[in-house]
Amino acid sequence: MHNSETRKVTIKAFRFNAETDYLPYTKQYEMEVGKDDLVLDLMNRIKWEHDGSFSYRRSCRHGICGACGIKVNGKPVLACKQNAIELLDLFNNDITLEPQSKKRAIKDMIIDKGDFWQKHADVQPYVVADIDPHPAHESKQSVAQFNAMLDSDLCIQCGSCHYACPALEANPDFLGPAALTAAYRFTIDTRDNAGEERLKLTAQPSVGVWDCVKCFECAQACPKEINPIEKITKLHNMQFEQGIAERNVATKHAEGFLRGMKKTGYLDEADIVLYSEGILGMHKHLKTAMKMMKSGKIHWHSGVPFINSIPEIKNLSEVQKLIEISQTNKL
Amino acid sequence: MSQLKYALFTGCTAKQSTPELLSSTLAVAEKLGIEITILEEASCCGASHLQDFDEFLAHVLNARNICYAEKHGLTMITICNTCQLNSQMTKHALDTNPDLKARVNEKLAEVGLEYKGTSQIKHFLYALIDDYGLDAIKDKVVTPLSRFNIAPFYGCHNIRPSELHEHSNGGENPYVPTSLDRLIEALEGHPVDYSSKNKCCGFHVELQANHTSEVLTGNALVDAIDNNADMMVTPCPLCHLKMDTYQDSVGKVMGRDIEIPVLHMPQMVALALGATEEEIGLKFHVQKAKHLYTEAS
Repeated sequence: MHNSETRKVTIKAFRFNAETDYLPYTKQYEMEVGKDDLVLDLMNRIKWEHDGSFSYRRSCRHGICGACGIKVNGKPVLACKQNAIELLDLFNNDITLEPQSKKRAIKDMIIDKGDFWQKHADVQPYVVADIDPHPAHESKQSVAQFNAMLDSDLCIQCGSCHYACPALEANPDFLGPAALTAAYRFTIDTRDNAGEERLKLTAQPSVGVWDCVKCFECAQACPKEINPIEKITKLHNMQFEQGIAERNVATKHAEGFLRGMKKTGYLDEADIVLYSEGILGMHKHLKTAMKMMKSGKIHWHSGVPFINSIPEIKNLSEVQKLIEISQTNKL
Repeated sequence: MSQLKYALFTGCTAKQSTPELLSSTLAVAEKLGIEITILEEASCCGASHLQDFDEFLAHVLNARNICYAEKHGLTMITICNTCQLNSQMTKHALDTNPDLKARVNEKLAEVGLEYKGTSQIKHFLYALIDDYGLDAIKDKVVTPLSRFNIAPFYGCHNIRPSELHEHSNGGENPYVPTSLDRLIEALEGHPVDYSSKNKCCGFHVELQANHTSEVLTGNALVDAIDNNADMMVTPCPLCHLKMDTYQDSVGKVMGRDIEIPVLHMPQMVALALGATEEEIGLKFHVQKAKHLYTEAS
């Protein structure tokens, strides 16, 4: 079967009409899939040959409008870019077309993307500048300045990363990878004047970069290979570089790694919690700490838990010296 | 097969809160005749948090760790997904950006070191599967795990982003990972198929976004339990810490009792290869796990 030009398969699709259906359901469609068929071709075939009511967004068919983002077996895809046979191979010929977010489904593949656009708007995704209506010359960008904003400028707002982000799923206040990438794109732009505002917004607990769980789902999902989490790391660094980062549990946790490393070369697992949370915040961790002590996960040393219980790496002075001469950021 | 030799980057957890990870790793290596040189000079990888604070400094410190594997002329193996990710990210950044490599080497020269890029970096899981081989491991099994349904939990930082890892993780597809499943089968256990196997455990936001962290852990634990798993197994000690230590509080968030042992990947292999109870170290688990040793044999 794999050698022939086409493959006969049964494609499953999530079906739901928010106006008439109480629950979503799955329907099956038999079809021939050719080696050059895209997921968009499969959806067209369902609509044109099986059921005209099957609904999905599509427009450009060239991977640039960002309308046709869906999921297949949980994998975010841009339907007009994803080869169907590749997916059938990956999932053993058993694929289900799903909307990017089932809980936001309106009709079949079509979702209410309002949360995505609101978060996008929140970061002011445009150059904020006083424009002279009659400029004497262009506002030039050097190659280096241009490269700093590329590739984040290639985002097509398809929502693949946004709806793949588990942090957003658990915390609806989080801006998410797409909006944060846009925040980076315009903050790094030398013509823009709203960088500080954006960095302050993206530094906010629960909303900004510190809620990123570092799962790299966004980097994997992006059909334009933009790597949103890389931009999130850059925003983290910019908050420290520009003195925007305030001392809180998250920033202390990042900076606090150096405390243990200077002392032993290793992270001090107990000290980092104490330092990040502060004495008053420790009550949250007492129960866990007791359990970890009981099982021997936390070690006692000279009758004191937490402190000086860690071995020292060999050649520790090298690490100390490298921190001294290489550290660029401060909290 | 010629003898396999690796430089082991232990990471911080194996030296502190998960001593069972180190002892079981060394036990597996000994049972399989793999020669391990522990990189006692290696420091913390920054765990992606130091990277948030000062990315350049994190590259310098990770490059230093890799220098020591290069000095031995060995592949560096990791036993933590996050160590793997951050070491590999530095290697990739330096190997593809000559300017950054020069700036890092300028710092390393101050302590008499030079990053060359000659050592590969791979997680012990993939060293076992791709270098040692599943058939060869199967031959060494003395305690088949046939009594157990085992839920593989892959951990993000071994499988995503795939472009970074594909040369060191056997081209694992992050949406359909199979390595741990195949390892479980080689040990004659029954791999549990469940949709959370490649999802995030939430460890990295434990302090600043506790609710998110608990929900992500809860989703994974509940999914494994509901698919009839007797235990979970993970190649990442950070996933282990989150999922083993917080089952009480996660249970409150999920509104139900959660009780399931979460083993480190090398503990599971050590169990099947007949390592001692001491080496496997199930007593260090917060969620009771010692019964697995008795049940297995």
